[in-house]
Amino acid sequence: MKYACLIYDDGVPTMDEAEQKQIHADYMALYQNGLASGSIVAGEGLDRTDTATTVRVRDGKRTTTDGPYAETKEVLAGFFIVDVPSIDEALDFAAKIPSAKWGSIEVRPLWSQGA
Amino acid sequence: MEPGGVVEPDVASLDRLFRSESARAIATLARIFGDLGRAEDAVQEAYLEALESWPAHGTPRNPAGWILAVARNRAIDAVRREKTASRKYDLLARLEGAAIADPMTNDEPVRDDRLAMMFACAHPALAPETRVALTLRYAAGLTTEEIAAAFLVPLPTLAQRLVRAKRKIVQSGIPFSVPSPAQLPERLSDVLAVVYLVFNEGYRSSQDGALVRVDLCADALHLARTLCRLMPGEPELLGLYALMLFHHARRATRVNERGEAAPLEEQDRERWDVVAIAQARAALEAARRHRRPGPYQLQAGIAGAHATAASWDATDWPAIRRTYDALYALDPSPVVALNRAVAMAFSGAYDEAMRAIDGLLDGPLAGYTPATIAKADLLRRAGDPAEARRWFERALPALAGEAERRIVERRIAECARC
Repeated sequence: MKYACLIYDDGVPTMDEAEQKQIHADYMALYQNGLASGSIVAGEGLDRTDTATTVRVRDGKRTTTDGPYAETKEVLAGFFIVDVPSIDEALDFAAKIPSAKWGSIEVRPLWSQGA
Repeated sequence: MEPGGVVEPDVASLDRLFRSESARAIATLARIFGDLGRAEDAVQEAYLEALESWPAHGTPRNPAGWILAVARNRAIDAVRREKTASRKYDLLARLEGAAIADPMTNDEPVRDDRLAMMFACAHPALAPETRVALTLRYAAGLTTEEIAAAFLVPLPTLAQRLVRAKRKIVQSGIPFSVPSPAQLPERLSDVLAVVYLVFNEGYRSSQDGALVRVDLCADALHLARTLCRLMPGEPELLGLYALMLFHHARRATRVNERGEAAPLEEQDRERWDVVAIAQARAALEAARRHRRPGPYQLQAGIAGAHATAASWDATDWPAIRRTYDALYALDPSPVVALNRAVAMAFSGAYDEAMRAIDGLLDGPLAGYTPATIAKADLLRRAGDPAEARRWFERALPALAGEAERRIVERRIAECARC
């Protein structure tokens, strides 16, 4: 089954350069291992929310606004799509995402027709 | 009414037999489908067939095997009819390969299927109240009506909760399998927590004199016994079983003839269930032989110290206090700290105990009724009836249970007379 592991973060934790390097290395290792084993289908990090632009179409009219859709403390910071046998492996994977130590990971199955 | 009304007693007994014997088929088919709903549909078709076949040809020698064989065939028919099932051929292969050997002689698949069912029902991706409902429905075999009645939840609410849970199991891919060895300790503790919740709910409702048809304590004990058989050698499981049995052994004396929650020192120990106490001791000894202590074993040790003391005066409070110390080291929660403080007081460290309770009442247990009552009771025993009464009165409005309220009212009256 395919799952999205949505990485929520309440901003970058205060950490020194060495810690940041370590986290980056941890992310790369997770990504490389996941690609090699075939469990990761895709994975990306997102830029900061102040770079976001939001689009809505109402009655055929498009409005574009600066910033994210909602101002919340925890923001979507990135995601992985994994393909694993069951939610147990997806939860195990989510627990290995470095941001799980300070943010939270929402694990959701991808919507599939006929399921 | 149709002439069928005449054979209603037979239908009722067929119903009961079918329900108790169909757990295995539901577990096996749920494991193959990964879907409780489809497993139930197939078993429901087998039920309709049993209604025709059993009265006419007699009850099969092995009802559980009959139900699985028929339900499996109906499931195969259903899958074949599906045009779009993505896993159609995989499902058919697995259904056709399902072991339908005599469950009396071939225990292995039964063991795995039933265990897998328990782990799925208690999966951490489900809400705690949902885990309890699913476990009672599919592992203990209660009806939806019985579960709703036991938890005082409206039937449609409970039915809806089960429907949502079944959908979540399918759509989020909650597996019907025994967890990997790495995950097993954590997942087993989730299963044990569900069983203990069921027991505590039964314990609470029996004390309140509620007229419930369902004995949740007995269901919890039955679940624990089944788990002990399926997973021998799990010390915390044996510990939980012992803990519940020690409590259960005192059930006849928990409420006295005046309808009060009877204090331990007033309970007639002659009326405690000696067989249950012996079974609990044996289970706890078996658990301890593994030399892997845990919270349930320690709590069972405390309950056992009370259940096996010849009298209230013979209670080994220093040993109970040491066990609470060990429990607090594993689970440093305020409630454990409160119980440890009470054991301290009975072992002679009154001042230390009172300081600990005051600290809890000023902090994490502010307004927690058992803490207020513990303080009141220690004051009463220490010979300060005026202050004790004040604290009992403070606890009174928060007590929901009738039996608890009555004993506190009696204490207030006693303190007033001093």
